[in-house]
Amino acid sequence: MAYKKRKDNRGFDESRPMSAEVGVIKKADGSALFKVGNTWAYAAVYGPKDLYPKFLQNPKKGVLRCHYNMLPFSSGSDRVRPGGSRRSKEISMVTQKAILPVLNLDDFPNAVVDVFIELPQTEAGSRCAGICAASMALADAGFDMKDLVSAVSVGRVDDKILVDLDYAEEAYDEGPVADIPVAMLPNSGEISLLQMDGLVKKDMIKEALEKAKKACLEIYEVQKKALKAKYAKVK
Amino acid sequence: MSEILVKNKDIVVPGEKLAEGMDYLPGQGAYRDGENILAGRLGLASVDGKAIKLISLAGRYSPKKNDTIICTIADVNFSGWRLNTNCAYSAMLSMKDGSSDFIQRGADLTQYYDIGDYIVCKITNVTSQKLIDVSMKGPGLRKLKGGRIVKVNTNKVPRIIGKQGSMVSMIKQATGCQITVGQNGLVWVQGEPKAEILVVKTIEKIAEESHLSGLTDRIKVFLEKETGTKIEAKQGDNHGV
Repeated sequence: MAYKKRKDNRGFDESRPMSAEVGVIKKADGSALFKVGNTWAYAAVYGPKDLYPKFLQNPKKGVLRCHYNMLPFSSGSDRVRPGGSRRSKEISMVTQKAILPVLNLDDFPNAVVDVFIELPQTEAGSRCAGICAASMALADAGFDMKDLVSAVSVGRVDDKILVDLDYAEEAYDEGPVADIPVAMLPNSGEISLLQMDGLVKKDMIKEALEKAKKACLEIYEVQKKALKAKYAKVK
Repeated sequence: MSEILVKNKDIVVPGEKLAEGMDYLPGQGAYRDGENILAGRLGLASVDGKAIKLISLAGRYSPKKNDTIICTIADVNFSGWRLNTNCAYSAMLSMKDGSSDFIQRGADLTQYYDIGDYIVCKITNVTSQKLIDVSMKGPGLRKLKGGRIVKVNTNKVPRIIGKQGSMVSMIKQATGCQITVGQNGLVWVQGEPKAEILVVKTIEKIAEESHLSGLTDRIKVFLEKETGTKIEAKQGDNHGV
């Protein structure tokens, strides 16, 4: 049986409705909120600041630390156990690795920049939403960055290639499914995150990446607009 | 074929294309990628002849030699004081540079500056590893007594001081407060309680609106409305620091 239509009547290449806002957490050095469908990600940046314990310091450049956390009530089904888990540790790491290629911390030897990503509600695509929010928050904090990072999850559901899978599509059980989160530097097209979970053919990956590129450019426009909107008018 | 793609004072985001072609040069905050000049951070584009640079709007203080900053004493040790500088790195004030008085070896240094005191000091040296040395020897460098401290975005400090200190002298004139602005984003204000609050409000307004044109006029109107008196145009007295 082929997958014919998405549940919310989206086109196969269409992302869920997106919105973004910058400067949402006043105490932070930089902050952002990125929403895609029912997945919301807040990111707050603090630093550069002292890094302890001392053996973590790098005398050549600053260190980036990312913390990904889903709030206990964020998931649609079971309560998420608060605190770190194997999954959150992995996502924190891939977020850091997705952002480092654009970020220049050479001016901050021995210091650390903390990025906290909190998700008050999630419905698939949370690591991508987190990366989008984190890159906006870092730009808002005024760091040297050669580009923003935009991320989207593409994937295969049965015989179709979909953009921005929601939870029902990830859990589709009448055929093979693959979920492929991609983070991209929108101006150069370089990929800084590529993971895959499921079953997929080589030519499907190629098609999925082409679609991811298009979707990332749309996300980039949303991010750009939000960053500019912060400075748009006199209060 | 070269072309500038942004206007002066446009807000640009990291990676945004500022210009095409080899006829333009990337200034501070911008970089070249092949034929194009791209933005290297969030900022205001500033086109100056053939160079395109970015004026930062955000970011913490980065210590520079000869900056006058306001610090708190974080710790006292044998040979001097360690200071909090409102940036990622602490500064060192040695006994020799701490006071013009002769200080006996082994003397109690808290008599001069105790933990938690605010001081105005000048950066004498910054190393590549961001070790900062400061000195208290110079005009206007002193311990701060009374008043209140306002924290602002360090990138807005030049706007608070204004051209040749014009903005800060206008605020001083309108409110009758004493004001000292540190390059690291700490501002010290002392005066009548009501006037102090007005200064704090004014500084916050400047920080919020500094990237939009006509700032001085807007602040003048704001101060005139709040104080109910007219502000005479006066030459800046360069007391920004």
